[in-house]
Amino acid sequence: MGRNSLFGPLDPAPDAGYTDAPKRKGFFTDTSVCIGCKACEVACKEWNDVPENLFEMLGTSYDNSHSLNANQWRHVAFVERPASPARPATDLGMPGVGAPPSDVPEDEKPDFQWLMSSDVCKHCTHAACLDVCPTGSLFRSEFGTVVVQDDICNGCGYCVAACPYGVIDRRRGPEGDPKVGIAQKCTLCYDRLTDGQRPACAAACPTESIQYGDVDELRERATARVELLHERGVMDARLYGNDPDDGVGGTGAMFLLLDEPEVYGLPPDPVVTTKDLPQMFTRAGMAGTALLIGAALSFVRRRP
Amino acid sequence: MTEGSGTQVQHGGSPGRSRGSSRGGDRVMVPEADFTSYYGRPIVKAAPWEHDIAYYLFTGGVAAGSSLLAGGADLTDRPGLRRAGRMGSLVGLLLSVVALVHDLGKPSRFLNMLRVVKLTSPMSVGTWILSLHGPFAGLAAGAELAGLLPTRWQRGPVRLLLRLGRPAGLVGAVTAPPVAAYTAVLLADTATPAWHSAYEELPFVFCGSAAAASGGWAMVTAPVAEAGPARTFAVGGAAVELLMAHRMESSMGLSAETLHTGSAGRWMRASKVLTAAGAAGALLGGRSRVLSVVSGTALMAGSLCTRLGVYEAGMASARDPKYTVVPQRERVERGEQVRYQG
Repeated sequence: MGRNSLFGPLDPAPDAGYTDAPKRKGFFTDTSVCIGCKACEVACKEWNDVPENLFEMLGTSYDNSHSLNANQWRHVAFVERPASPARPATDLGMPGVGAPPSDVPEDEKPDFQWLMSSDVCKHCTHAACLDVCPTGSLFRSEFGTVVVQDDICNGCGYCVAACPYGVIDRRRGPEGDPKVGIAQKCTLCYDRLTDGQRPACAAACPTESIQYGDVDELRERATARVELLHERGVMDARLYGNDPDDGVGGTGAMFLLLDEPEVYGLPPDPVVTTKDLPQMFTRAGMAGTALLIGAALSFVRRRP
Repeated sequence: MTEGSGTQVQHGGSPGRSRGSSRGGDRVMVPEADFTSYYGRPIVKAAPWEHDIAYYLFTGGVAAGSSLLAGGADLTDRPGLRRAGRMGSLVGLLLSVVALVHDLGKPSRFLNMLRVVKLTSPMSVGTWILSLHGPFAGLAAGAELAGLLPTRWQRGPVRLLLRLGRPAGLVGAVTAPPVAAYTAVLLADTATPAWHSAYEELPFVFCGSAAAASGGWAMVTAPVAEAGPARTFAVGGAAVELLMAHRMESSMGLSAETLHTGSAGRWMRASKVLTAAGAAGALLGGRSRVLSVVSGTALMAGSLCTRLGVYEAGMASARDPKYTVVPQRERVERGEQVRYQG
């Protein structure tokens, strides 16, 4: 274990013991160009053979996949809200299909805005799920990503409670699926990366909202993008997960958001729980010692 | 799915910041916090565990404390207390293993825990602690049972077992405190708000609870004349448990609310009444057989309630996004985000 193995900036693959690791790979999800098409969700399910999620209409906009979980490794969030401040939609240069141009003046259109964001496992620099896994099923790949080994996991569920983003989950169904009872989440398409291909979701994204690449380069690209949006007056634009000094050491999957993280269901200041593990063990050591001494004292000067 | 049944569904991100839900209908002692969430859905996921884990916290505590009492009784020549301790340890450990294996998603793979030794995983550390403690405590209990056999059978391997009873029991006693203490780290080393924010006091609460419960077990099962140390141990444990639980509630911030509301609140209130009453009974009426049994049972029940209360509070704190968002948002607003300081 290195000096920053529990907390602080580091390159995770060399820290995990790889000597000749390729550059760290990750995602940059630019939600300002997400159109909510869910191609990423579908491509992910197809490639990774992820079974059905529960199908239920909750009346939460166009979101019918609910959350990231064992059967949902990409999840597109839909937030409906009044635009603040009102501004025209960005022209994405998409083909001109659909309704003809409207005669309604701009200021009479409903004051309305959609936020859409494709959420995914963050592949943290300091991954709590990986730290707490008691079987070694979760491991750090040579690409710096975090992957479950299906044939090792015994379904203890510890990773589920440890993840500060609520990403990983134990698969509950459908009945008969061989992976029921074990932990499942995004692998950043480990099996595609080893063949030099990009992950299925990034390949399927029609607007390049999901960008795949070297984390170093993605961080630069994200910074440039947020600066561009600020220049254009989109002052709500902000980056999430790109800071190597943050509570999880920066994430492999970072985001450009247009509102506070919690609006999208993301924690505003996530911290890897194992950051405090040395103090936890110290406190437990003190309590255990007190228990031993207490037991000994209970027998002092008492002859039966 | 993990939608909390009581969570009001909010349109996430609407500028009218959604009001924090006050679930359960218990007394609300803290003003409701303003926070935003995605349709009121949880952010962190609750551990996918059953109540088995809460029962294990209890049985593991009884087993650990009983090993300590058995070791002390053996050294101070109290055969009745020793027998009670070793039996408590055996029963506690057997129930613990059943609960732990039953709670796995793939119980047939439980031995995969022994593939690695991993210090960053309290569950791995705990597995190895149990693997070290269990065989010695089991051997001591085996010796105790062998001692009940007719004398003519106490030869050969049975005789060897009898001789191993004391050394095994002493190793079991020395390795017992980590069994009682690590479970606090097991819960605290998660993103579950009510568990993580309790990490400073929880080991003391759990160790105190283990002492109270195992002392209570010995008060019920050992001869009154020999159970003096068990009463002292139980009263001390109960005092530590009550005191540290009180400190914990005042230091853990917003998520302490989950210890006062809903089913966790009921368990915690029951735990305090039972533990205090059991300790008072042990102090005042320990020499009476009937009072011993009643107070010992109350102490065990109090410990079980503590474990269930802490378990349920954690679950409730994970299901409501308030306990994840509000403390983090407050850090951000104060400009105190968690950042690496070099």
